[in-house]
Amino acid sequence: MIEIKNIIKSFSGREILKDISFSYKKGVTNLVIGQSGSGKTVLLKCLLGLHKPEQGSILFDGEDIVTMSSNNLKRLRKEVGMVFQGGALFDSMNIEQNVLFPLQMFSDMSKEEMLDRVNFCLKRVNLENVNHLYPSEISGGMKKRVAIARAIVLNPKYLFCDEPNSGLDPYTAILIDNLLKELTYEYGMTTVINTHDMNSVMEIGDRILFIKEGKMAWKGTSTDIIKAANQDLQDFVFSSELFKTIKEKSK
Amino acid sequence: MGLIASFGKYLLFVGDVFRKPERRSVMYRLVVKEISELGLKSVAFVIFVSLFVGAVVTLQTASNMAGSWMPRYLIGYATRDAVILEFSPTIISLLLAGKIGSNIASGIGTMRVTEQIDALEVMGINPVTYLVRPKIFALMFFNPLLISMSMFVGVFGGLLAGVFSGECTAAEFITGIQYDFIPFKAVYALVKTVLFAFIIASVSSFHGFFTEGGALEVGKSSTKAVVFSSVVIIVSNYLLTQLLLG
Repeated sequence: MIEIKNIIKSFSGREILKDISFSYKKGVTNLVIGQSGSGKTVLLKCLLGLHKPEQGSILFDGEDIVTMSSNNLKRLRKEVGMVFQGGALFDSMNIEQNVLFPLQMFSDMSKEEMLDRVNFCLKRVNLENVNHLYPSEISGGMKKRVAIARAIVLNPKYLFCDEPNSGLDPYTAILIDNLLKELTYEYGMTTVINTHDMNSVMEIGDRILFIKEGKMAWKGTSTDIIKAANQDLQDFVFSSELFKTIKEKSK
Repeated sequence: MGLIASFGKYLLFVGDVFRKPERRSVMYRLVVKEISELGLKSVAFVIFVSLFVGAVVTLQTASNMAGSWMPRYLIGYATRDAVILEFSPTIISLLLAGKIGSNIASGIGTMRVTEQIDALEVMGINPVTYLVRPKIFALMFFNPLLISMSMFVGVFGGLLAGVFSGECTAAEFITGIQYDFIPFKAVYALVKTVLFAFIIASVSSFHGFFTEGGALEVGKSSTKAVVFSSVVIIVSNYLLTQLLLG
């Protein structure tokens, strides 16, 4: 479980995160939603230790990463998997080398064991016979799946995803969403997903945090959203005609 | 103030390079890869440039000596000194600052703007140690070899130009390159190449590493890397010459 308490983060004197507190539960998909510029990515980067908040604490199973030494943070990061918005695959490595990379850096497995693990993870994300292709030779959806395979190769306790289905067609986006949900349940990970995709919110939102202008504006589940009284949330979630219709019908 | 702050940032960055790497075996492999990428791929370029500039140095020296009482073997002597002391270590390093420096800065800059460096950091890998250290070590190891080769090829180019233009005979030129040879000058030149290799790799990596934005900024970082590396090479060339030969 990850708990954030009273997080404040500013850039050049401008407060981006304003006293946010939330807890991300283990074994469920925790979604952070909000408009572009609302502070979702900054919050995610604080969770990853890439930004240090001015105030507040971020507890990973009780360990505060804000005050943690760099060595301890490095140790903790070995238990973290991250899927970046663009995949962030290493261009100079092929698919197999990308997924193999964390194992080469941190595991004591033999080469055969490592390759078995890589093939297992690639198979788990429904990718086969692509091992020797380079990131520039595969589609956006495949890149995301490789990024997920790389993120889970070390069996992480925590999985972070920054807009995992942005730029994907609706069919592939749903595949990625379902894959993330399955992996979360299967490995009992604490999964945090930043998104502004309403399909994702409705499909896989076990717990949802809605941020508006750097403040926590609402929290709940995907089933709570329809009846939520928060006007900002309603405006955000039901901004499209399609979702407005779904809402009306559900009433 | 901005320049001083940048210099401080650069020193901290360089300090990070010398931190303990995650895995020595991985680091060794990366250094070998960088020698191939940055060093071996520059060999043909260095040979081509050195051959012609050595030839031009000889022709210019011969032209300046035309009609004088000076012995013709001095053409070889002057070419040797010009090539070993300045042309090969400094001019070739400046050209490499352009070729290798822009390669390094754009490569690391692209990794920064596509979040590949963030990915390394999130995995618990020090990106400076992992990305920059192998480049610095590879260049510091390979640049002296590259420059030594450039010296040889430059002098050989001079010999060819001298002989084919009829300005001197091969025997005269060879007498010249053996005349009054002071081995310390070659040591001085090689010390310069090691320092210049460090400057090219570290300054270019620094500019690439702190790129912010997108493709346009990667291009700007690449340009800055070449300009700053060249300026630092020129200034340190003067300081080192004053220190070792002054």
